[in-house]
Amino acid sequence: MSSYQARFEVWRGDAGGGGLEDFEVEVNDGEVVLDIVHRIQATQAPDLAVRWNCKAGKCGSCSAEVNGRPRLMCMTRMSVFGREETVTVTPLRAFPVVRDLVTDVGFNYAKAREVPAFVPPPGLGPGEYRMMQEDVDRPQEFRKCIECFLCQDTCHVVRDHEENKPAFAGPRFLMRVAELDMHPLDAAEEGGLDRKRTAQDEHGLGYCNITKCCTEVCPEGIRITDNALIPLKERAADRKYDPLVWLGSKIRRRPSP
Amino acid sequence: MATGTEPHPPRGGVRTGTRAAIAAPHLRTDRWWLTPAATAAGLLAFVVYSTWRAFANTDYYAAPYVSPFYSPCLAENCAPMRGGPNWEVFGAWWGLSPALLILIFPLGFRLTCYYYRKAYYRGFWASPPACAVAEPHAKYTGETRFPLVLQNVHRYFFYAALLVAGILTYDTVLAFRDETYAWGHMGLGTLVFLVNIVLIWAYTLSCHSCRHIVGGRLRHFSRHPVRYRMWGLVSRLNGRHALLAWASLVSVALADFYVYLLATGAFDDPRLF
Repeated sequence: MSSYQARFEVWRGDAGGGGLEDFEVEVNDGEVVLDIVHRIQATQAPDLAVRWNCKAGKCGSCSAEVNGRPRLMCMTRMSVFGREETVTVTPLRAFPVVRDLVTDVGFNYAKAREVPAFVPPPGLGPGEYRMMQEDVDRPQEFRKCIECFLCQDTCHVVRDHEENKPAFAGPRFLMRVAELDMHPLDAAEEGGLDRKRTAQDEHGLGYCNITKCCTEVCPEGIRITDNALIPLKERAADRKYDPLVWLGSKIRRRPSP
Repeated sequence: MATGTEPHPPRGGVRTGTRAAIAAPHLRTDRWWLTPAATAAGLLAFVVYSTWRAFANTDYYAAPYVSPFYSPCLAENCAPMRGGPNWEVFGAWWGLSPALLILIFPLGFRLTCYYYRKAYYRGFWASPPACAVAEPHAKYTGETRFPLVLQNVHRYFFYAALLVAGILTYDTVLAFRDETYAWGHMGLGTLVFLVNIVLIWAYTLSCHSCRHIVGGRLRHFSRHPVRYRMWGLVSRLNGRHALLAWASLVSVALADFYVYLLATGAFDDPRLF
């Protein structure tokens, strides 16, 4: 096993200010950035604040920006960096900082609450739901989301424009709208909730300019843009921007296809 | 503390407000600028070339090949093409290049294409230039307002692109003639046209709107097995939409340039049989 001394710059501070602090720290084979941050915490900066939990890329807690890229620290191997390279670790830059590498991601919880939940189909009780696999394949891809909020962090709509936060749900929660709209048993429409229309009118789908950064940073490899956001844009276009589909829906009323 | 949900949060980006105090607009150390720069350069090269060729109004027909930029030829001032795509629906009053009449459709298709939108939003408008790189604009409304809300008409340009691809297929069939219009021959140009039309179809059918229309809009695939299968096929193509967008862009320019070389006499079409 070989080890070396790596140079790290870790952002330290709080809402009142802060800056990058230099560290020289030992790195061993097979380690990830979170291991090194823990070593800094254990040996040089015991008050360094960092949020983490599973160390396996499944809890979504240790989101940060490593060399300027939104990543999970536990899934970023040190072997991807050169030994002479200085590794910079900062908190997520789209959200208010609490302390050091910890940010307040409450924005995401507020947005989650704004998406109306799954509407159970009438006449079916618990345990009576039956769905075909091909009908649930699409929503299941979106259920892989670990809510690390890297997509929310990298999306320039809110990252670069704080003023858009009230109007824009962000890729993670537009994906949630898409998931429910594609759900074979969701009865929202029968109850008068048009998820296609509200995606545009209430959750800010129109702000998305499909530049795919959410897909690029997703640690679960969910094709957020191609499989959720663009299909949702097309569904919104069905409702709001396609006169032929509108005319067809007026002439021939039928249940959801 | 549910931040960002206040009625009127202040304007600002990564360097403002309660976010971590970091002066740099980004901390990326890789060559993040390379992709948007290369994309912008590639698109700009095509725009310059296609503008020149579209306005040139000359050297677009060399029997039996017609440039894809001028097909179908809808004005009376078109070069007569035997058996070719001459439909003079615009009559004699149209005095400009006939390419302008038809190029609006493939141009609109590509301009509103979900891949090209990503490419030019990043490459030309720096919105954003790359992921986690701060964009230079003070305000952003995305595709919520005019004119960008018009991107939602993409599906109509898709329908038009299907027609154009059909006509270019017809042109490719016509390319199985020789310069005396005898059938059953092939030249290097026929191969160029064949490659081009395969790429044009692959790009057109891999379109996200196509994916939605053939099956994506359904909620229950299990009730529509044929459309589900078609959706699966289009989805496989759709995974390569960006690659096909570039490949077909290059191939259509090359097909046009090949016809230009033949029409100006700079090159003779090697006949295969």
